[in-house]
Amino acid sequence: MSSRLVEGSEVVADAMVRAGCRFFAGYPMTPFTEVLEHMASALPEVGGVCINAESELEAVGMVWGAAAAGTRAATGSTGQGLSLMQESIAEASLAGIGFVVLNMARGQGDYFQATRGGGHGDYRTPVLAPWGPAEVGDLVADAFDLADEWRNPVVVIGDYYLAHTWVDLDMSSEVATPRPSPAWALDGSSGGTGAAKLVSPLGTTKQRDGVGYDLAAHYAGCAERREQMTAGIAPRAELTHTDDAEVVLVAYGTMARYADAVVTALRAEGERVGLVRPITLWPFPEDIVAGAAEGSNVVAVYENNAGQMIDDVRISVGKSVPIVGLNGFQTDSSAFGIAPDVTVENLTASVRELLAGAKA
Amino acid sequence: MTERRPVGLEVRSEVVLPTNVAPEDANLVADFTPNLIDVGEHHLCPGCGEPIAIRAVMDAIAVLGLADKSMAVFGIGCSTAFSNNLDVEVLQALHGRAPSVATGVIRMRPELAVFTIQGDGDMGNEGLQEVLHAAARGENIVCIMLNNGVFGETGGHLTVTTTIGQRTKNTIEGRDADKHGHPMRIAELIAQIDGVGYVARGAVNDAGNVARTKRMVVEAFASQQAGNGLSFVEILTMCPTGWFIPTEDAPDYLAETIAGTHAVGVLRQEQSEQ
Ligand SMILES: Cc1ncc(C[n+]2csc(CCOP(=O)(O)OP(=O)(O)O)c2C)c(N)n1
Ligand code: SF4
Ligand SMILES: [Mg+2]
Repeated sequence: MSSRLVEGSEVVADAMVRAGCRFFAGYPMTPFTEVLEHMASALPEVGGVCINAESELEAVGMVWGAAAAGTRAATGSTGQGLSLMQESIAEASLAGIGFVVLNMARGQGDYFQATRGGGHGDYRTPVLAPWGPAEVGDLVADAFDLADEWRNPVVVIGDYYLAHTWVDLDMSSEVATPRPSPAWALDGSSGGTGAAKLVSPLGTTKQRDGVGYDLAAHYAGCAERREQMTAGIAPRAELTHTDDAEVVLVAYGTMARYADAVVTALRAEGERVGLVRPITLWPFPEDIVAGAAEGSNVVAVYENNAGQMIDDVRISVGKSVPIVGLNGFQTDSSAFGIAPDVTVENLTASVRELLAGAKA
Repeated sequence: MTERRPVGLEVRSEVVLPTNVAPEDANLVADFTPNLIDVGEHHLCPGCGEPIAIRAVMDAIAVLGLADKSMAVFGIGCSTAFSNNLDVEVLQALHGRAPSVATGVIRMRPELAVFTIQGDGDMGNEGLQEVLHAAARGENIVCIMLNNGVFGETGGHLTVTTTIGQRTKNTIEGRDADKHGHPMRIAELIAQIDGVGYVARGAVNDAGNVARTKRMVVEAFASQQAGNGLSFVEILTMCPTGWFIPTEDAPDYLAETIAGTHAVGVLRQEQSEQ
C-alpha cells in the first residue's frame, strides 16, 4: 500500500496511462488543463506521446490518427473545446475509430453535450460518470475497453470538483502493458498486397471489389452496430436506501456526493429518503431509475444546471410518479460551476419540504 | 465530384477516350497500368488533373519501394474518389483535418511514410492552420496539395488560391481583389517555416510538368525518409468543370492563368545531416 495525497486530475491521467493509453492530445482549458499537464509528464515515461495541440480541432484529429494506427488514445476538454470537437467525434463513430474523450465540465451544464453530443448524424457515445477520484481508475479502464469493443468514442465526464479535489489514494497498482494493435487498425503493411486496408467514415468498400463508397449501406451498417452497442452495454447505477423511500433523489457525479450526505443524515433521523446515482449516463439506467421510483411519492433530480438529466429521468419514470427538478443554481462568479447555493444545508431543506409534501 | 454543372458549354459529341486501357494506336513508352492504383477507370470529369497528380504520387511511392510502409491520409474533395482505390493503406480524414490526423499516425508509427492528399479548399480554406502547425512542429510527413483554385467538389467556388480574374461560382465576373481579396500562395507560406524539409510546386498540364512533378514527389518522400521534417508538394491541377471552360483548353488555362500566380518550382530543400 503506498497511499498518497493526489489531485483528481492526476488520478484521471494516471488511470489513462494504467489503462494502456499511449497517445494524448489536448488544448488547455480549466478544469481540463491539469489532466493535460499530468499526461505531458506521464506519457513519455512509458514511451507514449502527449501533444499540446494548437487547437481542439487538431487535438481530436491527432487522436483520430493515433487510434486508427492501433493505439489506445484519448483527448478531452471543457464545454467550448468539446463543442469544437463534435464533428470528429460524430464521424469517428462512422469510421469505427474508438478513443476516449474526457469531458471535464465545469458545473453540469454539459450533460446534454456529453449524452446527446453536438455532432451530426445518427451516432451515440457511451458516457461514464465517476463521482470522485476513487472511482476514476475503474471507469477510465472501462471506457477504453468500451472504445475498443465498439470502435466508438467513449466519454468520461468529470467536473471542476473531480479535477481539483485532493484525495488520499493508493496509487501503487501495476501499469498494464498496452494491448496489441487490433486487426482492423492500420500499420502500413498491407500496402502493395492487392488488399490494402482502408479506414474511413465513408465506409470500407473498395473500388476493386466492384463497388465504391456506398453511403446508404454504410450508414445502415453503422445503425445496426449502434443498436448492438446500445443493447450490449449494461446501464449502471448505484442505489442507496431506495427500497422504501418516499423521496427518491437522482444525482450523478459531484452532485451525488451532496445527495449522498443528505440521504445519510436524514436516514439517521428515520426519514425515508433514497438516492439513485447513474454511473452510465448513456445508456441511461432507465430500468434502475424506474424501479427505484416505483412506490415513492416523488422523484427529485438534483443537478447543477437548468435541468438536463431530468429529461432522461422523465423518459425512465414516465408519469407514474411526480418528478421535480432541484436545479437552476446560481452561476458562480468564476463560472467554473461552483454554485454557491449547492450546499448540503440547502439540499436538506429542499428534501425536508418534499418529505413534508409527501406526508401531507 | 458530386456536382458537375458545366456553364456555357456547348455539348460535344466526340467520344471520350477511355482512361483505363491504352489506346490501340498508342506508342507505349511505359507500362500503362498505374502503380498502386486498384482500378484505372475513374469517375472524375474528363480532363481533370487530379487523377494525374495522384498517379504521380503513387508512382513515387512505387519507385521508392514504400508501398508496404506508407499510409495515405485523404481530405475531402474530388480526389476523395481515390481514397478507396489505392493499394496502400488509407485513412480518410474529415475536410481540413488531414495534417493533424497524419500527425497522430506518424507519432505512433514513425517508421512509416505518412502522406496527406488535400485540395486547395481542404488545406487552404478549411484547415490552413493544420498544415502550418504540422510544419512548425516538424512532423515528418509528406503533405500534397492539389491546387485547382476552386472547390471542384461543390461545383466551382472561390478558394484562398483562386487567382485574380478567375471566374468561380461566387466570383462570376472573375475574382476582383477589391471585392474578394487576394490569392494566397500556400507553398511560399510553408517554405518559410522552420522545421520544413522540402517544398515545391509542380503542375500536371503537360508531359514535362508531370515528369517534373513526379521527381518533386520522389524528392519529398526521400526527404521524409531521411527524417527532415515536413515535406510539401503543391500540384497545380486542371479543373475544366470548375473553371467553366472547354476541357481541352484547361492545360493552357493552367499555364497562363493559375501558374502566373502560383509559379512552378522548388522553393526549399534541406540537405539531410546523414
Ligand atoms: C466541414 C465541411 N464543410 C464543407 C464541406 C463540403 N465540401 C466538400 S469538398 C469541398 C471543397 C473541396 O475543395 P478542394 O479541397 O479544393 O478539392 P477539389 O474538389 O477542388 O479537388 C467542400 C467545401 C465538407 N465536406 N465538410
Ligand atoms: S474537373 Fe474539377 S470538378 Fe471535375 S472532378 Fe476534377 S476537380 Fe472535380
Ligand atoms: Mg480545389
